[in-house]
Amino acid sequence: MANIASTTASAGTDVTARALREAVFAGLISLGLFVLFVGLKSDQNIRNELILNQRWGLLAIFVIVAAVGRFLMVAYVQPAMARRKAAKAEAEDVDAVKEETFFSRNFSKLAIAFLLIYPPLVVAIFGVQGSLKWVDNFGIQILIYVMLAWGLNIVVGLAGLLDLGYVAFYAVGAYSYALLSTYFGLSFWVLLPVAGILAAFWGMILGFPVLRLRGDYLAIVTLAFGEIIRLVLINWTEVTKGTFGVSGIAKATLFGIKFDASKDGFAAMMGLPMSSAYYKIFLFYLILALALLTAYVTIRLRRMPIGRAWEALREDEIACRSLGINTVTTKLTAFATGAMFGGIAGSFFAVRQGFVSPESFVFLESAVILAIVVLGGMGSLTGIAVAAAVMIGGTEILRELSFLKMVFGPDFTPELYRMLIFGLAMVVVMVWKPRGFVGSREPTAFLHERKAVSGSFTKEGHG
Amino acid sequence: MARETTTMTKDPILKVEHLSMRFGGLMAINDFSFEAYRGDITALIGPNGAGKTTVFNCITGFYKPTMGMITMKQKAGKEYLLERLPDFEITKLAKVARTFQNIRMFSGLTVLENLLVAQHNKLMQASGYTFLGLLGFPAYRQASREAIELAKHWLEKASLIDRADDPAGDLSYGAQRRLEIARAMCTGPELLCLDEPAAGLNPRESLALNELLKSIRADTGTSILLIEHDMSVVMEISDHVVVLEYGQKISDGTPDFVKNDPRVIAAYLGVEDEEVEEVIEQIEEIEGGQGGTH
Repeated sequence: MANIASTTASAGTDVTARALREAVFAGLISLGLFVLFVGLKSDQNIRNELILNQRWGLLAIFVIVAAVGRFLMVAYVQPAMARRKAAKAEAEDVDAVKEETFFSRNFSKLAIAFLLIYPPLVVAIFGVQGSLKWVDNFGIQILIYVMLAWGLNIVVGLAGLLDLGYVAFYAVGAYSYALLSTYFGLSFWVLLPVAGILAAFWGMILGFPVLRLRGDYLAIVTLAFGEIIRLVLINWTEVTKGTFGVSGIAKATLFGIKFDASKDGFAAMMGLPMSSAYYKIFLFYLILALALLTAYVTIRLRRMPIGRAWEALREDEIACRSLGINTVTTKLTAFATGAMFGGIAGSFFAVRQGFVSPESFVFLESAVILAIVVLGGMGSLTGIAVAAAVMIGGTEILRELSFLKMVFGPDFTPELYRMLIFGLAMVVVMVWKPRGFVGSREPTAFLHERKAVSGSFTKEGHG
Repeated sequence: MARETTTMTKDPILKVEHLSMRFGGLMAINDFSFEAYRGDITALIGPNGAGKTTVFNCITGFYKPTMGMITMKQKAGKEYLLERLPDFEITKLAKVARTFQNIRMFSGLTVLENLLVAQHNKLMQASGYTFLGLLGFPAYRQASREAIELAKHWLEKASLIDRADDPAGDLSYGAQRRLEIARAMCTGPELLCLDEPAAGLNPRESLALNELLKSIRADTGTSILLIEHDMSVVMEISDHVVVLEYGQKISDGTPDFVKNDPRVIAAYLGVEDEEVEEVIEQIEEIEGGQGGTH
């Protein structure tokens, strides 16, 4: 405080003088740095002789940018930041307990309400055909990742077990639906829970040998398990048709009503013109329901002894054992529950695509899901949903930015830069909020008042 | 007073017989036997590196002893051989709870949640291994209310009731020590093993700890086995002291007896070379004299 006060008091001239001085220094340093890098360039002329090109103009630009930048930084940006900090500190002194806004208090309710009216809204704005892209590419795509990330959150965020092969369970779910429906003709509604149970079963099978490992070792083995599943899918050609994948997977029905052009199809029954958009809207509500089910079960489980044991396991495994908690079964249930939601999401993925191939289940998918969990704040459902919307929605939006072609030329494809931007965004978020969007943790029980636990107390788990 | 009654009945709750623990070439504990009596506060003391914590880890299953037998006899008469049980079942079935020398809190969980985690097995059963609880059966709600009541009881005992909704990592060192004891008590143990509960406490806090331990014994009848360096705590509250040096028992008896035992004094303070003979003589004299009682 004293420091800031003195700088503002003697303001003006003092700061400007210092800024000028630092600008000159910055200019000199950049001159020294760049004189050989930029000012002189060795080149070959037409007779293959080495010549030196002199680029004093470019060098001057570098030096001027450095000097002016430093001047602006010292003279304007730093005082402005100091003022803001001081103002913030004062504001906190006056009013330490900031009243939460209506929006932040009811964020999750508002978000669910928005999602419920999203398809009609999009149809109203873009028309039935135009809504396809917004419902499918944005809505369904994001919600699949929300559900996957919420499933993985049980394993990584609650139980603190680093799983790099989560996509394996997604694949198990997708292939169980694809294969069982093509070979045995079972319906989607029967196979949805079956896919979940099969994935949970695989979670347990993976769990038994793996759970004696911790931390990095666990991560490596789960990574390998993910790859094994993918390689089995590629090589077991008699059943899975290898890299060709399984196509022509049966669509889901709504109480037996099909979404096709037939006479008793959905469109005909409702007296609507035939459009694939209705099926997509149906799928949107389906995945919304599945994702909300995941969230509901997670919230309920956290208040159960098993959920508390998961979180305790993340905090300290030895203390858990000293309290009579069987850590092996606790870890296994976390793995199986997470895998089950992954499997359900997988069977939804298969029904939505109508086609599955091993290419959809590469390591990158696991990495993206894990990134969403970490960015959202491990353990926080709201944070993870926001992170999924930002990450997946963001990469989808990049496809839409065709105006960039006008800026960078017709060869520019913004999609190619999406992983670059993805990485950059992760770095920025981790610097700005090292604990993810929502770093604090909601306690599962309270005596007097519910106080969020700051992220600085919670641990990430050691496997 | 409590001592007299217990020494009369002499009902051992924990019997350690010929316990040996070898780490590679190092014999950490060598043929160590002792008994802890029901309702007693038994203290295990000894110089640094004597193997006290190793004994604890053997009793609570964190180490598997190389040799020996550890028998836990419950109030109902059921006996458990602790060296054969996995660590979590020692707490779950044999009802032996422990704390740690370096506190192990669930620091990101609130104080109340820490105590609820300790009641895991009870709640797990009440919630029908999660399934019934997930469906909202009333039995779980009832059990969870009772669990919170029990937690509240121990929070009041440990004078942490005002901090119930704060993260455990936010508590001061002394409060974390008390919370760890409260958490161990929430598992409903018959034998409570405390590894240096007074380490790092100031005199006022260690006085409060004495009171807490005494009231635990008085109210619940839980027997206590503790490792401690703070002699004011040991002499003040324990009924029975076992002294360990280089993995071997050198003395066993009431605090007064142990305090005056020349072997103990020699172990703690060391002896001059010329006094060795004298001390050995004294020791032999004692051993001859009390061979019948011990």
